[in-house]
Order: sequence, then C-alpha cells, then structure tokens
Amino acid sequence: MADHAHTETLALRVQFDTEAQQKDASTLGMWIFLITEIMFFGGMFAVYTVYRNWYPEVFAIASSSLNEVIGALNTGVLLLSSFTMVMAVRAGQLGQRKAIVMFLILTLLFGGIFLGVKAYEWNEKFEEHHIPGQAAFHLEGVAPGDQGHAQLFFSIYFAMTGLHALHMVIGVGILLTLIVQANKGRFSASYYTPVDVAGLYWHFVDVIWIFLFPLLYLIDRHLGK
Amino acid sequence: MSDPQEHTHIDSVGTYVKILLALLVATGVTTAVSRLDLGAFNTVVALSIASAKMLLVALFFMHIRHSNKLTKLVVVGGLLWLAILLLLTMTDFATRGIIGVPGK
Repeated sequence: MADHAHTETLALRVQFDTEAQQKDASTLGMWIFLITEIMFFGGMFAVYTVYRNWYPEVFAIASSSLNEVIGALNTGVLLLSSFTMVMAVRAGQLGQRKAIVMFLILTLLFGGIFLGVKAYEWNEKFEEHHIPGQAAFHLEGVAPGDQGHAQLFFSIYFAMTGLHALHMVIGVGILLTLIVQANKGRFSASYYTPVDVAGLYWHFVDVIWIFLFPLLYLIDRHLGK
Repeated sequence: MSDPQEHTHIDSVGTYVKILLALLVATGVTTAVSRLDLGAFNTVVALSIASAKMLLVALFFMHIRHSNKLTKLVVVGGLLWLAILLLLTMTDFATRGIIGVPGK
C-alpha cells in the first residue's frame, strides 16, 4: 500500500486504498444520484401515464400536432452527442488530452443544436396558440369541452421537455467546465473521473429523451391525422 | 483490488459506431411504425424500441457491461423502484371504475 500522506494525487486521495477503489466509489456515487433523477422524472412519467389513460383520444390529437420529423431528427442529434461524449471518455481512458477536448467540444455543439431546435419548437407552440393557460388556446379537431384536456397534454409536454432541457443546460455548464479543465491538461489515463461521471449524466439525459420522444410525439399518429 | 489499467475496459471505436448506428436506425423505425395502425400494440412497440435503445445506451455508452456487481445492483434496484412507482400508481387509477363505491 502506498504511503498516502506523501503521495496524494488526483487519482488517489488519502482516504482510498487504491486508484481503482476511488474510481469505483465515484462511479457508484454518480449512479446513486442518477437513481434519484430517475425517481424525479418517474413522477412525471406517472402523471403522463394516468392522464393519457384518462383522455386517450385528446392526447392522440394533441400529440399528432407536434412535428415528429423535427423530433426524430433532434433525437438523432442527441444520440450523436452521446456518441461524441463516450468518445471523450474513451480518449480519457487512453490519456489522449487533445482528443478529450475535441470530443467534449463536439458534444457541446450537438447539445447546443438540440436546445436550439427545442427553442424553435416551443416558439412554434406560441404561434399556434398551443400554450396551456393562454386565453386564445385552441387545438384544432378537439371539441370545445375537451380543450382543457388538450391543455393538460401541453402542460405535461412543456413540463417534461422543459425539465429535460434544464438538465441539458446544466450539462452544457458541466461540459464548458470540463473543456477548460481538459485544455489545461488536468486529465490523464489514470485520472479522468470528471469526464467519466459527466458522461454518465449526459447519457442519462439522453435516455430520458429516448422515452420522451415516442411518448410525446408518436402517440397514435394514425388516429390523429 | 486490481490496478487501474487492468480495471478499465476500453471499447473500440467500431463498437461505439455500431451502437450509434443501431440507435439512429431504431429512432427511424419507431417514427415510421407510429404511422401504422397496430391498435394497442402501437404503445407496446414504441416502448419496446425505447427500452432497447435505453439498454444499448446503458450497457455500452454508460459502461454497465464493464461495471462491478455493486453498481449493476444499484441500477437494477433503481429501475425496480421506478416500476413500483408506476405500477402501484396504475393499480389505483386503472381499477377505480371496476368496483362501485358504496354510498356514492
């Protein structure tokens, strides 16, 4: 065992026996955090499930008013950002410092494109009067008495995509910090834990979107049209 | 405990590219299938494809494949709690109309 008091490094803090132990502790800690995030989003998925079961026809019409082609392309952009993120982690494993910076910047770029498209889609909802609570709210093809249920769909849509986008914005902040640190040469093959756990976070946000996309955009499209 | 080099499994770029392509194809398929009328199975297919994509991301991009047993246990445990949240909520909402409430 190393003489801790004299050899403390980023990869081996005094409280750990080995570098592997420290890394395992970091990974486990991040996963525990992600589990709390799963439960956090889980409550919203439960709300969605209940209301979709209560008002299936209105939800089908409301879902079909979203542009699924833009949604699918944006899903692709987010998946690409997950790919570049895992490549950044791989560059960390190999200790390729320039590659870490490059892949983190690419991830930031794709994440930014995703958020930009999301902003465009939200703006479209304002122009179409599909904003819940709006006095002029009107969803075509839904009876006047059911407009409130349509508002419910858009409330859930904005809450869930908004919360997802908030996580992306936080992710962008994390990426910017990592890019600065990586550029200074802080990470190496023996210590790239921040890149690794940030990767877990980024992929988690990706997984949430993987479920949001079909649940919000693709409900019974054949009925809605 | 093993040393870090032995501990870290480094996947090839080819593996990650294949996973990315599989994820992109699955996104295209789920979008295309949503236009077909499969009755109640539209939701089943959409959620199955989403779950398959989640597994690919978790196993490969999030390295669960190479994680230690404790991490795997925590992840499965988390999904179990999510299942309890969703299923027990639905046992209420899905069965409310089945039995009448006395006195109502």
